[in-house]
Amino acid sequence: MAGNGLSYSEQGGEAAPELAQEAAPTAAPAAFGLFSSDTKKNEDLKQMLESSKDSSKLDAMKRIVGMIAKGKNASELFPAVVKNVASKNIEIKKLVYVYLMRYAEEQQDLALLSISTFQRALKDPNQLIRASALRVLSSIRVPIIVPIMMLAIKEASSDLSPYVRKNAAHAIQKLYSLDPEQKEMLIEVIEKLLKDRSTLVAGSVVMAFEEVCPDRIDLIHKNYRKLCTLLVDVEEWGQVVIIHMLTRYARTQFVSPWKKDDEDVVEEYNENNFYESDDEQKEKDQKVKKTYVMDPDHRLLLRNTKPLLQSRNAAVVMAVAQLYWHLAPKSEAGIVSKSLVRLLHSNREVQYIVLQNIATMSIQRKGMFEPYLKSFYVRSTDPTMIKTLKLEILTNLANEANISTLLREFQTYVKSQDKQFAAATIQAIGRCATNITEVTDTCLNGLVCLLSNRDEIVVAESVVVIKKLLQTQPAHHGEIIKHMAKLLDNITVPVARASILWLIGEYCERVPKIAPDVLRKTAKSFTNEDDLVKLQILNLGAKLYLTNSKQTKLLTQYVLNLGKYDQSYDIRDRTRFIRQLIVPNEKSGALSKYAKKIFLAQKPAPLLESPFKARDHFQLGTLSHTLNSKATGYLELSDWPEVAPDPALRNVEAAEVTKEWTVLLGKTKKEKPAEKFYSESEEEEDESASTSATESESGSESEKEDKEEGSSDESSGSSSSSGESSDSESDSKESAGKKTSRPAEKSDSEDSKKKAKGITKKRNMSSSSDSEASSSEESSSDSKSESDLQSDSQSGKPGRAASSKKEDKPVQDRKAPNKKDVFLLDLDDFCPVASPAAAPAAAVLSPSLIADLEGLSLSGSSVIDVTTQVFVPTKTYELLHRMSGKGLAAHYHFSRQPCIFGERMVSVQVTVTNTTDQKIENIHIGEMKLPAGMRMHGFNPIESLEPEGSITVSMGIDFCDSTQTATFQLCTNEDHFNVSIQPPVGELLLPVTMSEKDFKKEQGMLTGMNEASATIAVAPQNSSSPVIIERVVKAANLGVVPSGQDNIHRFAAKTVHSGSLMLVTVELKESSTAQLIINTEKTVIGSVLLRELKPVLSQG
Amino acid sequence: MIHSLFLINCSGDIFLEKHWKSVVSQSVCDYFFEAQEKAVDVENVPPVIPTPHHYLISIYRDKIFFVSVIQTEVPPLFVIEFLHRVADTFQDYFGECSETAIKDNVVIVYELLEEMLDNGFPLATESNILKELIKPPTILRSVVNSITGSSNVGDTLPTGQLSNIPWRRAGVKYTNNEAYFDVIEEIDAIIDKSGSTVFAEIQGVIDSCIKLSGMPDLSLSFMNPRLLDDVSFHPCIRFKRWESERVLSFIPPDGNFRLISYRVSSQNLVAIPVYVKHMISFKENSSSGRFDVTIGPKQNMGKTVEGVVMTVHMPKAVLNMNLTSTQGTYTFDPVTKVLTWDVGKITPQKLPNLKGIVNLQSGAPKPEENPSLNIQFKIQQLAISGLKVNRLDMYGEKYKPFKGVKYITKAGKFQVRT
Repeated sequence: MAGNGLSYSEQGGEAAPELAQEAAPTAAPAAFGLFSSDTKKNEDLKQMLESSKDSSKLDAMKRIVGMIAKGKNASELFPAVVKNVASKNIEIKKLVYVYLMRYAEEQQDLALLSISTFQRALKDPNQLIRASALRVLSSIRVPIIVPIMMLAIKEASSDLSPYVRKNAAHAIQKLYSLDPEQKEMLIEVIEKLLKDRSTLVAGSVVMAFEEVCPDRIDLIHKNYRKLCTLLVDVEEWGQVVIIHMLTRYARTQFVSPWKKDDEDVVEEYNENNFYESDDEQKEKDQKVKKTYVMDPDHRLLLRNTKPLLQSRNAAVVMAVAQLYWHLAPKSEAGIVSKSLVRLLHSNREVQYIVLQNIATMSIQRKGMFEPYLKSFYVRSTDPTMIKTLKLEILTNLANEANISTLLREFQTYVKSQDKQFAAATIQAIGRCATNITEVTDTCLNGLVCLLSNRDEIVVAESVVVIKKLLQTQPAHHGEIIKHMAKLLDNITVPVARASILWLIGEYCERVPKIAPDVLRKTAKSFTNEDDLVKLQILNLGAKLYLTNSKQTKLLTQYVLNLGKYDQSYDIRDRTRFIRQLIVPNEKSGALSKYAKKIFLAQKPAPLLESPFKARDHFQLGTLSHTLNSKATGYLELSDWPEVAPDPALRNVEAAEVTKEWTVLLGKTKKEKPAEKFYSESEEEEDESASTSATESESGSESEKEDKEEGSSDESSGSSSSSGESSDSESDSKESAGKKTSRPAEKSDSEDSKKKAKGITKKRNMSSSSDSEASSSEESSSDSKSESDLQSDSQSGKPGRAASSKKEDKPVQDRKAPNKKDVFLLDLDDFCPVASPAAAPAAAVLSPSLIADLEGLSLSGSSVIDVTTQVFVPTKTYELLHRMSGKGLAAHYHFSRQPCIFGERMVSVQVTVTNTTDQKIENIHIGEMKLPAGMRMHGFNPIESLEPEGSITVSMGIDFCDSTQTATFQLCTNEDHFNVSIQPPVGELLLPVTMSEKDFKKEQGMLTGMNEASATIAVAPQNSSSPVIIERVVKAANLGVVPSGQDNIHRFAAKTVHSGSLMLVTVELKESSTAQLIINTEKTVIGSVLLRELKPVLSQG
Repeated sequence: MIHSLFLINCSGDIFLEKHWKSVVSQSVCDYFFEAQEKAVDVENVPPVIPTPHHYLISIYRDKIFFVSVIQTEVPPLFVIEFLHRVADTFQDYFGECSETAIKDNVVIVYELLEEMLDNGFPLATESNILKELIKPPTILRSVVNSITGSSNVGDTLPTGQLSNIPWRRAGVKYTNNEAYFDVIEEIDAIIDKSGSTVFAEIQGVIDSCIKLSGMPDLSLSFMNPRLLDDVSFHPCIRFKRWESERVLSFIPPDGNFRLISYRVSSQNLVAIPVYVKHMISFKENSSSGRFDVTIGPKQNMGKTVEGVVMTVHMPKAVLNMNLTSTQGTYTFDPVTKVLTWDVGKITPQKLPNLKGIVNLQSGAPKPEENPSLNIQFKIQQLAISGLKVNRLDMYGEKYKPFKGVKYITKAGKFQVRT
């Protein structure tokens, strides 16, 4: 740099004469005389800046930035620099901006010179230039320009470019810190930007919200769902801010999911209710009132944040972890632990923060981190702060089962060269000893061994801990006290000496011979002791005087005399106090009678607690939590409300119409539309692999409709700015592009979405449309195509649709509750096609990329959807014979429907028959004996079964993709029977549809080990294709893949539990043989399936 | 959020400062120096330090402290993660993140910081976007710049930030289209005195170097994806595709980046590729001790263990060590008491051994604990977890890329207690 400076100053010199005149009036003000040593150097910088050559200007700017970076004052160059703000050279311009942001605050008047340049740039056609102008304008912190900034922000907030809007959101915070009086106006802008649908803006505007008006929670309601769905696509920093904000929001809006926790929390899956048969439904209805039902919006938040646990950004992972900690039902919070443990592999700062948070979590819920116990083992190379935190966590996690391993581990730590850590370990052992009574003695013995340690710190710490331990159970530890009394000669650490003395004093009656002797020894060394020790000597003396005055009277008086003339007033004070209390004289008051009670009162044992105990009232992951004190601007996490505020607040515009109607209909029904809306959108996501993008688009469309319709929405007025609508227009253009590529899916999702909101467009439907509408809501692909047509035909006439919306809505609403039974039954018929289980199978693309992918000629996205079963087997299996069941018989069969209880479960229909002549009451499932990993969702108890009556109930079993047997007890009022269900391998599958191309592609990826094949003889009557298909789908729940060749038949399915593909190919060869090939990752099931399919084709 | 940033070197000089809001005086760093003094070791400086008016959040990387000044509540990890991202960016731009590199490129550093934060909130942190905004320095470019007077600032305006693939820049063009993946696995282990494994797990990453033209859409599949227990992704990866098919499908950023990092489920037994036989003892009441360590290979799937280095933090009482090694060289630093033995490759026929006498300070008590041995090693062409890439497919572009996968296993925090 210095070299450059020289050469350039020559250049500058040449340029100087021409510009000397201009340079003169801008001479530095007197204030900068302080830096006169720099003036000379700065002089040539000035000249360079005045030069006409860009290169020398640039060089001067670079040197100036260098000065700023080093913290040197360069403010006297302000006039020379600010002139260059309009430079054409981008780099010079940028560096001038850097300079302006640093010094404008100090040179406000001169800074005004640059404003007009920015104002011009704000109108530039290039969005990036507009954005950067806004950025600099808002960064220069000159109060005079507040009105200009305000205007610029307002304008930018309705800019067409989301990037400019993002910068506007940033500018809001800057303006607010410059002039808090603008708050009201700024809130308006925030409100507007919160409605923005761009992922680019979301993070920044929430940041602005948090800074300007974190208490205006009402602004969030309408945007809550949008924020939740957009979250995955927001950039990582924005995600952190949004998650923290939503955590706070959720705590004010939803009721606590923790109350009845570990019991049966009825999840919000309303489908459950729908699928039940009617008499069960009544039961359920009553139950729902009692049990907690999670608000669907609450669930939405939890579900949409979960994938973010996989983020590479530690801050995002931590944010999600704290969200789950503060919001999720306790049973679900466990999923975050794995990700948090993963963060421990990161650098030490991240480890430090994460360990702190884990420490707090592990106090309250041990179980969360117990499986990861070993991840917290300490390495000798860890920094001390990390070591102590790990130790803290290990101590929190200690329980009866793992304490022996832990103590062994602690033994290694105690010997650590890091003595501070060794001392912390001893305390940890002490805490384990008090918490787990089984090991108290072991620990105590171990600690006593440590007393002979060579290191003083270790010994001292042990003494202190032993003292605390003995206090909890003093009964039989005379020996240890004696041992410690002996140690007193060698220990010099005051705390340890004091502890020993206190112990001897406290239990002096147990060591009657030693105690006076100890007093004698310490009395000798009294004057040389530490204050802490002196106090304890006085205490010891007093206690001995009270219990054994014969031997110790003189000694005590001697000690008291020493204390009387001690230098420390504390000790003099204590001496005086003790003397008055214990030594009887004429002046002594009433208290001396109680001296013994005062000194030798039973003292409660100290609680050995984690230092992290106190932190749990801070929100996890915050600065305040780390510091354990309230940081500036910390926002308390409110307690859950007793009663949740109206969830309808979060309904977006379209749903607001609903609200109006439901108000008319009375409050009880209010929740219905919202819930329905919600559960649908869930399904929609699952089914069509449609994503937040499409969702938000369809949302925006409906919003647009609303505007056209000119309904009296409160908010549509304020939101219908030009920017907003043009934005949504461009969105819908995009979506139009999408429609061409995937018309069916797109309109499907849109369609169901609209319906979900209660905007049933089917104007001409008769009153029976209710059940049908709802059935198509359940999105059977067949019925959908029908409704697709309708929605397509109607899309051209929004006016009509809108009016029909108003007409239809109340009808549906009014009827829904009354007709519930019918409604539910209808749904039951349709339930085979509704497939909540399809989620993993169908979810193919991440939202932001759909658009990109569709532009590609060779789409990488194979559309694999779970479909309806091709064939429902009638074969039933016996569960319980009536003889062994004392008249109760049970059969089961596999309905081949996606299970309603959980997406990984196989649904099983159990038919229970009463063959006795008495009523059998309370048939239910008792104890389950399931192999590891398997789960089972039993049927609801049957209250009573009439003689000769039979009833079919459904249950779900997660077989973990294995043919292991699920054994459980079928219980009645009086009896219980052990029964078991073993699934044929063909029932562990769910059929999927895919194109032949996709099939081949997938098959190509599943070769080698993953392929099983066999050649079989095919019975002649089986060689026609319909027969083959029929036989195969009968044997296993497979979907048929269209095939181009006659002699090859393809079938595809996914395993229910893991969603692995199972591809079956039957290729007919000559001379009535066939090649049977199965490709799957699950090789075990594959080979079993192969074995089972062989006879199917070969037998007649 | 982030108010100011100070870069401080090991000797306590503030060599760079940057303010995003109004200026905070350098004197705020005094609190940091105080804490640093108290902590003795640099590793022990607390990352979060409260001061009366501000909070200091710092990281320590490559002998530089990045100290940021915070005024209000903010998730500390947010700041820490960002500071690391800043250091990564420097590394990426200058090849190293050192004081000299930063001082030499102070203008670029300043421009970068300006782009990365706006009003204390992160703006552009993706390396691809930043490189479009500010070109990294190269020797050629600096020569050209000094002649033509042009600059490092890109004259075309970046588009990446505006697209929906913010991590990739547009218009990438290469003559050789290549995609390389390095599967790097690290074994973290604690081995106890008797040689049994107290704790072991495998942490892996896949680092990619992708130089492909246009907008390629890649999908990478594994032979045995179920091995991956817990995975974190680069934002480019489509999460749902992974959830449903266990395939990594993504449009890659241009250049080097970390695709995923993962942990292999702890249920799997981890094969420990080396064993250590050790005999370290200090004699009571005499100022010497014995030291004898042998390293040998085991369970290494027929691959050679190379780059073996052993470091030992000897107890403070150790004055000097007189050792002989059968292979490699050793050094002992009497100030820090660190013994380093650079072994190199292990040949199973002749196991490397280091033995000799340890001299202790006379009169000092015998150290109670034997030091633990930290071992580093490398095994080429092996992923110890058994993870194997199955295939890489490219969609969206016509050309045929050159693909390569490299496996390597390293020791992570591999410690043998003695």
